[in-house]
Amino acid sequence: MNQLQNLTKGLLKENPILVLVLGTCPTLATTSSSLNGMGMGIATTFVLIGSNVVISLLANVIPDKVRIPSFIVIIASFVTIVDLVMQAYVPDLYKTLGIFIPLIVVNCIVLGRAEAYASKNPVLSSFIDGLGMGLGFTVALGILGAFREIVGSGSIFGHKFIEGDGILVFILAPGAFMALGYLIALVNKIKKT
Amino acid sequence: MDYILIIISALIVNNVVLAQFLGICPFLGVSNKVNTAMGMAGAVTFVIVLATMVTYLIQVYILDKLGIAFMQTITFILVIAALVQMVEIILKKISQPLYQALGIFLPLITTNCAVLGVAILVIKKNYNLLEGVVFGASTALGFGLALIILAGIREQFELVDIPKGMRGVPISLVTAGILALAFMGFTGIVK
Repeated sequence: MNQLQNLTKGLLKENPILVLVLGTCPTLATTSSSLNGMGMGIATTFVLIGSNVVISLLANVIPDKVRIPSFIVIIASFVTIVDLVMQAYVPDLYKTLGIFIPLIVVNCIVLGRAEAYASKNPVLSSFIDGLGMGLGFTVALGILGAFREIVGSGSIFGHKFIEGDGILVFILAPGAFMALGYLIALVNKIKKT
Repeated sequence: MDYILIIISALIVNNVVLAQFLGICPFLGVSNKVNTAMGMAGAVTFVIVLATMVTYLIQVYILDKLGIAFMQTITFILVIAALVQMVEIILKKISQPLYQALGIFLPLITTNCAVLGVAILVIKKNYNLLEGVVFGASTALGFGLALIILAGIREQFELVDIPKGMRGVPISLVTAGILALAFMGFTGIVK
């Protein structure tokens, strides 16, 4: 597989959210607006790239038996870095995303890529895999966030374009479930044709 | 009185799955059958209560004492992973039937964000140990409640003609959405 394919597979063919349905918790919780969703996506992308590179470098050193705990420690270190950086430079976003920043550590996508890809492939491919998967995650979060923001509060990227409230339920919890459900159904439909 | 408020709030008003979006992966993954859902709910309750206690003590007596609270994420996830492993080994040794009932769910629990989520929330909300344990237990019960209700509904799907593209995950998500809508009716019971 060439590197370009490696990069783009995360966008549609193996999109972590829309096709593999991994990492649904942050997906639902942080997409009440497009900016929040993309912020979460970028934070996760950084962790994905970092952990993929380091794990691919260390894969030969780590004994097979303690593989998973070692991966988790590496991932948790990158999550801590993201946590501290975001707290310092984007305090507003940090407050909105709240508990879901430390929870990147249990995001199945990150550990999944570490185990399924980075531990078996060279550094460059792992870097590109992390970037591609992260992009796919960010794009999916962005789309879902934009949809919920447009329908739910009548604005896009924080700019309001209709007066008054939208269909409020879409920024609340139930809307998150339904919007993601219909989005996945749509992707299923597109993939078939 | 405070404890009753914590229980009602964590169990139904701020239901862990339907209002706070924690533990969605197992929520969608093991809600095919009511029996497996009950097994998972039991295992999660057990681990959450245990993990809340241990992580609370570690936070108060080690991390805060040494001033290294920024190590919270790394420490907590390692503690939870170790705890899950330990529970699995002990269960295997002392209670074979219980192990067979919960066994296959235990490894999955490490990556259940509800466990780490509750551990972090207890610290964030400044609960004391007893409040933390009550909060953990009722959150876990709330998880079980949502899981079993969804499993009950999903069992009926086999009898229903669902459009092709909606089968599997999408229809479960839409159902969960309607369930969340129903749970929103409880908002306002606890302020």
